[in-house]
Amino acid sequence: MLIKLVGGKVYDPANNENGVIRDIFVQDGCIVSRPHDHSRIDETYDLNGKIVMAGAIDLHTHIGGGKVNIARAMLPEDHRQDILERSNLTRSCCGRAAPSTLATGYRYTEMGYTACFEPAVLPINARQAHMEMGDTPIVDKGGYALLGNDDFFLRMMAANEDQQLINDYVAWTLHAAKCIGIKVVNPGGISAFKFNQRKLDVDEEHSYYRLTPRQILKTLTRALHDLGVPHPLHVHASNLGVPGSDDSTLITMGAAEGLPIHITHIQFHSYGTEGDYKFSSGAARIAEAINKNSNVSVDVGQIMFGQTVTASGDNMSQHRNAHHANPKKWVVMDIECDAGCGVVPFKYRDKNFVNALQWAIGLEIFLLVQDPWRIFLTTDHPNGAPFTSYPHLIKLLMDKSFRKSVLSTIHADAIKMTTLGSIEREYSLYEIAIMTRAAPAKILGLSGHGHIGVGANADIVVYHTNDDPEIMFAKPLYVFKRGELVAKDGAIVKITLGDIHIVKPEFDGAIEKRLRAYFERYHTVNLDNFKISDDELSECGNGSRMTIHPCNKRPS
Amino acid sequence: MNKLASRNNITCPFCGLVCDDLSTSLINEKLEVTANGCSLSKLAFAQLSSVNASDLRPRVSGKPVGDNELGHAIAEAAGLLRGSAQPLFSGLMTDVSGMRAITSLADRCGAILDHPNSAALTRNLSVLQNSGWITTTFSEVKNRADLIVLVGTDAVTRFPRFFERLVWNKDHLFSEELKREIVYLGDIKNTQPGVAPNGRQPLVIPCNQEKLGEIMGALRCIATGKHIEATEIAGVSIQVLEKLISKLSNARYGVIVWAVADLDFPHAELTIQSLCELVKYLNKTTRTCGLPLGGNDSDLTANQVTTWQIGFSLPVSLANGRPSYDPHHFTTTSLLAQGAVDTLLWVSSYQAQRTPPATKIPSIVLGCAGMQFENEPDVFIPVATPGLDHSGHIFRSDTVVALPLRQLRTNSLPAVAHVIGALQKLL
Ligand SMILES: [Zn+2]
Repeated sequence: MLIKLVGGKVYDPANNENGVIRDIFVQDGCIVSRPHDHSRIDETYDLNGKIVMAGAIDLHTHIGGGKVNIARAMLPEDHRQDILERSNLTRSCCGRAAPSTLATGYRYTEMGYTACFEPAVLPINARQAHMEMGDTPIVDKGGYALLGNDDFFLRMMAANEDQQLINDYVAWTLHAAKCIGIKVVNPGGISAFKFNQRKLDVDEEHSYYRLTPRQILKTLTRALHDLGVPHPLHVHASNLGVPGSDDSTLITMGAAEGLPIHITHIQFHSYGTEGDYKFSSGAARIAEAINKNSNVSVDVGQIMFGQTVTASGDNMSQHRNAHHANPKKWVVMDIECDAGCGVVPFKYRDKNFVNALQWAIGLEIFLLVQDPWRIFLTTDHPNGAPFTSYPHLIKLLMDKSFRKSVLSTIHADAIKMTTLGSIEREYSLYEIAIMTRAAPAKILGLSGHGHIGVGANADIVVYHTNDDPEIMFAKPLYVFKRGELVAKDGAIVKITLGDIHIVKPEFDGAIEKRLRAYFERYHTVNLDNFKISDDELSECGNGSRMTIHPCNKRPS
Repeated sequence: MNKLASRNNITCPFCGLVCDDLSTSLINEKLEVTANGCSLSKLAFAQLSSVNASDLRPRVSGKPVGDNELGHAIAEAAGLLRGSAQPLFSGLMTDVSGMRAITSLADRCGAILDHPNSAALTRNLSVLQNSGWITTTFSEVKNRADLIVLVGTDAVTRFPRFFERLVWNKDHLFSEELKREIVYLGDIKNTQPGVAPNGRQPLVIPCNQEKLGEIMGALRCIATGKHIEATEIAGVSIQVLEKLISKLSNARYGVIVWAVADLDFPHAELTIQSLCELVKYLNKTTRTCGLPLGGNDSDLTANQVTTWQIGFSLPVSLANGRPSYDPHHFTTTSLLAQGAVDTLLWVSSYQAQRTPPATKIPSIVLGCAGMQFENEPDVFIPVATPGLDHSGHIFRSDTVVALPLRQLRTNSLPAVAHVIGALQKLL
């Protein structure tokens, strides 16, 4: 099957194409070079006047696993706002703040997203995360395994074990949980909460292990660097939501000591303590630090006004913020000497000073960070807002008059505390293509994604040209997944099953002997049942194909 | 065809603890638990081992189908569903892959999905949906808890190895010796397992189960420093309750256990809510967590899959291609009583005694081989048991851990997912 996409205007930053009008050829799910003139073209799409990009990639979206399912169970009233009726192709389910796996797959696809990464896979809960991802149709998936609050790791660090052994454990975890990266959430803080500590600054000691978050960050960034895992340590920093978190975020960046580090939903960690409300924007300082330190990448975690739910591994912060719950219900969990979670519904209001300023801070960061290759478009779905708000967010970035008009409607005191009104920058389509396609593929090590050069997976999105980016990005004309037309005019036309993306770094298997003894004494599952085999991954994933991305181990 | 086989580290699907350390042997086609079995697992393995060859045959209108005529029984079932205006899929005692197949078929048929334990599930879910909770999981309890308060449950009747696996373990991560205190509150059957290996007795505070809500309210008053006029609440002296609050406030990591199935009285959800609010309050200064026990009859497995795929929890209706959630109207009992459904599909693949409720409407049963019926269903298809006859996955009580189930023997019984999948192809 040879498909020809004719004459679209291509935005493909990975191949330096900025609005180039050209044809694209697709065969067997991949993009191929122009065939011989006599080749039979099976299907032709006339894309004259249309805009073409690679499938979008969301590198931080909570789409599956225990805490997401708690959020779903908790919010029937929210689901009722967004019922998806069954069609000949799609099944009945619900959406909005905590959409079902089916709704998640449909809605992402309809918006032109073809890959989504679940950022908080608790290793002990990885099987469920993979089952949920397996039940999320069409899009490709992958997860980041949580480390840095698990007893085994903290114990190794407290005993001053060799970095090499820690690297083995990190690699073992990636294999066991079948993930593509490692995330640390509130380094040491989730564990400290179980010992009744209520905050943990970057240089503050955990009361039991006598370790600081800085040491944990240093060790884990080093481990991923040594193992050659493409994605750097994914960091949900200390002090989420706390005024003054801008300081600890800057210290967190420094803890990587120049090694690559990705700081996630940085908006929630960019708050100062100035002004009448003792709550101010730290965006300028944060953006300056990002601009200066090329080892740092971030995603924003923009908030949008309206109802959502926050679902996080950071039970310490979620417990601290639980009194903001709206509606008034929340869940906090300690989990298996491994991790934790907290689920707190939130309603961000434009007339609330703090919420209004949070909104402005996120946009300030987007607009003040100069390099779109190191900043990614996220709402930390659903924590800042459901992912379905992305088209609106893109419009805020691309259209300064629209942005200013929205700014004028938020809490008056917040307007005074933000420089947003004086920022004239507008993102170009090319920059949007970088931050939603080329850059996330690059930072995750996905060679077949995020571009439309020869050899790439044929994950292609075709948009109508429209002066209003919100309309344009909400309903692409065509979405192709691996060369198959899966959505047309914002509606699903075919259901496929995406791949699951993982890494399998090399390591010394001797670590498992220690782990086995540890599991036998202290855990409540057998080590062999903690690990997910390749076959089991396929079973959990409903038959999803596993794509293993290469790691380049570095001598430590 | 079954040969002698001894297996270790076998996962047991017969209660919400989902222990994965059993040893089993297979001798003369009989499966036996040879190590780490409990009363429930031994009984269930024995029952599922004593089936006759004739029990393996599907029946249509009570008549066994011929050799290799499973397809005929499935076609009959498909015919019943095709003719149904409002089917009910209940039982749902299966594994993850069985549930995946069932939700898909339910979508196709516009069925209502319910589990026979849904009334109990709903008691917990309504607390989650109204105010929430702070909870913990098994390994945290095993390593961290220095005070365990069991409210309205002895734990062991439904979860026999609770104390053995989570409480009287020798090794703990965070202290050489953990001085664990046990408190029972309620009308408790069996407090003997709460006696420590060193002979230390549990504190037992007896009261009527229905009064636990009042006791929880009083405990919250005491915790928050409010004055109580009465000298006793529900027969329990205030001093005893004050002592309990002081224990909880001074515990390093207190755990309050409840088993929703044991809190089976009108408005028990308010008792659970009060318990959970007490836990939340205690966390203002110390660490205390709830530990909900459940997951028997794979009810949490059914609910997990339903919730992630559809968004709503059980019981849920997919009638007219729209999901809707009404936990009080969509229960099997109430739907059958009201005549609101016209066909029943009942799935019960773990225990032969979990039979469908009596009903006059056409019924299809996917059940354990050897299941006995008062009224023979229109179609009966004996199915494999996950964890004995095929591999699969089941969720533990804490809903965090999904454990793999393994195949221990071979026979001709088809898996639920297989039957349902074949059925859906005919619609
Ligand atoms: Zn997140």
